[in-house]
Amino acid sequence: MIDSFVFPLLKILIVLNATLVGVTYMVLLERKVIAWAQSRLGPMRVGPYGILQPIADAVKLMLKEDITPTRADKWVFTLAPIISMVPALIIYAVIPFGDHVQLFGRSVSLYITDINVGLLYVVSVASVGVYGIILAGYASNSKFPLLASLRASAQLISYEVAVTLTLVSVILMSGTLSMVGIVRAQESSHMWYAFVQPLAFVIFFIGGLAETNRAPFDLPEAEQELTGGFHTEYSGMRFALFFLAEYANMIVVSSVATTLFLGGWLPPFPNIGFLSFLHFIPGWIWFLFKSFVFLYIFIWVRATLPRYRYDQLMRLGWKVLIPLAIVNLVVTAIIKVALS
Amino acid sequence: MGEAIAFYTISAFILGFAVLVVTARDTVHSILFLVADFLFVAALYVLLHAEFLAVIQLLVYAGGIVVLYLFVVMLVNLKRPAEDYKDPRRRSALGFGLAAAILAELAAIGAWSYTTPPHVVAESASTAMPFTGNTEQVGWLLYTSYLIPFEIASMLLLVAMIGAIILAKREL
Repeated sequence: MIDSFVFPLLKILIVLNATLVGVTYMVLLERKVIAWAQSRLGPMRVGPYGILQPIADAVKLMLKEDITPTRADKWVFTLAPIISMVPALIIYAVIPFGDHVQLFGRSVSLYITDINVGLLYVVSVASVGVYGIILAGYASNSKFPLLASLRASAQLISYEVAVTLTLVSVILMSGTLSMVGIVRAQESSHMWYAFVQPLAFVIFFIGGLAETNRAPFDLPEAEQELTGGFHTEYSGMRFALFFLAEYANMIVVSSVATTLFLGGWLPPFPNIGFLSFLHFIPGWIWFLFKSFVFLYIFIWVRATLPRYRYDQLMRLGWKVLIPLAIVNLVVTAIIKVALS
Repeated sequence: MGEAIAFYTISAFILGFAVLVVTARDTVHSILFLVADFLFVAALYVLLHAEFLAVIQLLVYAGGIVVLYLFVVMLVNLKRPAEDYKDPRRRSALGFGLAAAILAELAAIGAWSYTTPPHVVAESASTAMPFTGNTEQVGWLLYTSYLIPFEIASMLLLVAMIGAIILAKREL
C-alpha cells in the first residue's frame, strides 16, 4: 500500500512542486546572469538582491487581465498553453534524479518510475509539445502568431531528427532504453558517454537549444520581426503558462543531457581511483549540480550569441547536424560491432 | 476486474473521440480529436503490455503524421461555411455497400476469433526468444521471423522519401 501508492504520489508531488519553483527561479537566474553579462545589476528591489522577484512576477501575472481576442478560436486558444505545459511536466516521470536512498527504514528510489522504454517516452512526449505552439498561433487568429508558430514547428520538427539520431547512438552504447539503465551502463563502463560520444553530445546540446526555442535559435520569439512570437495575443496566466513551459523544457533538456551524457547521479570520473572520495556527496546533489551547469550554459549562450537568420537555422539543421549525426551513428555501430 | 474497467473506459473514449473526429465542424478541432484518439489507443497498448508500440504510436502518429495534417489544414484554410452539397456523381449506395461489407468482415473476424482457440505459434516463438524486455522482443522478431516484410517496408519508405525529394526539388 505505502510502496505502491503513498510514495509514488509523494514523489510526483515533490517533483512537480520542485520543478515549478525551479522554473520561477530560473527566470530570476536568467535575468541576473544576463544583467551581469551586460554590466547591470538586474532585479534588486524585491527582497535582498531581488531574491523574491519570482513571487512578485507570479502575482503580477495572475492579477493581469486575461484577454481572448474577439475572433479567436476560444477552446483551442485556452487549450494551447495547457498542451505546451503538460508534456514538459510529465517527462519528469522517467528522469532518474538518483539511486536508492534509505528513508524511514525503507529503500526509496529517487525516480518516479523506470519504464523499459524511458528514452522513447521522453522523445515522444516532447514531440507532442509542438501542438501547443502550432495551436497557439492558429487559434489567435492573428498574422504574427501564425507566422511564428509555423516557424517554430518547422524548427522543432527539423531539429528533432538530429536529436533523435544522437539518442540512437547513446542507445547503441548502453543497449537499453531505460533511463536508469543508461546511467547504470555508464557506471559499469566507468565512462561518461560525453567522453565516448563527444559529437553526439554537442549535437544534442545544439538541438536542445533549438528545440526549446532558446537563443541563438529563438526565431519564433524574434521581437523585431514578429512582435513577440506565437504568444503575442496571450496575456495573464495563459501567457505565464507558455513562459513556464519554455523554462520547464530547458530543465527537461538539461536533465536528459545529464542522464545520457554526464552519468546522471554518478560522481565525476568514476574510473579514477583516487577520486572515489567524491562518493560522499549524495547522487541527487551531483545530478542537480550537473543540470544546473547546463542551465547556466543555456543562459550564457543567450547572453553571448546573436540570433541566427531563418535560412541559416535550417541549413545548420539539415545540412550540418543531421549528416553529422548519421555519420556518428554509423561509426558508433561499426566500432560496437568491431569490439564485440 | 480492474483491467476490464480500464479497457471499457479507454474503448469508450476511443469511440467517442472517433465520432467527434467525423462530426466536428472545424477541421482543426477534428484533427485535435484525432490526436486525443491516438493518445487513448496508446493507452490501450499499454494495457496490453506493449509499451514499445504505445510509445511509437505516440511518436509517429500523434507527434509526426498529425502535425503534418495540421500544417496542411492551417495553410489551406478550410474555414468556409458548410454548404448544402449535392453532387450528382455521389454514389451513396456504393458507400453504404462498402461500409456494410467492412462491418460484415469485422463481425466475421470477431466471430471466428471467439470460436477458434487462441493461436499457439506466437506463444512458442516468444518463449524461444532470448530477451525479456518488450523492445528487445519486438527487435528480435523484426530481425528474425519478419525480416523480409521489415526490409520491404523500409524499401517502400526509402522510395517514398526519394519521391518526395524529387517532387519538391524539380531542378536537381
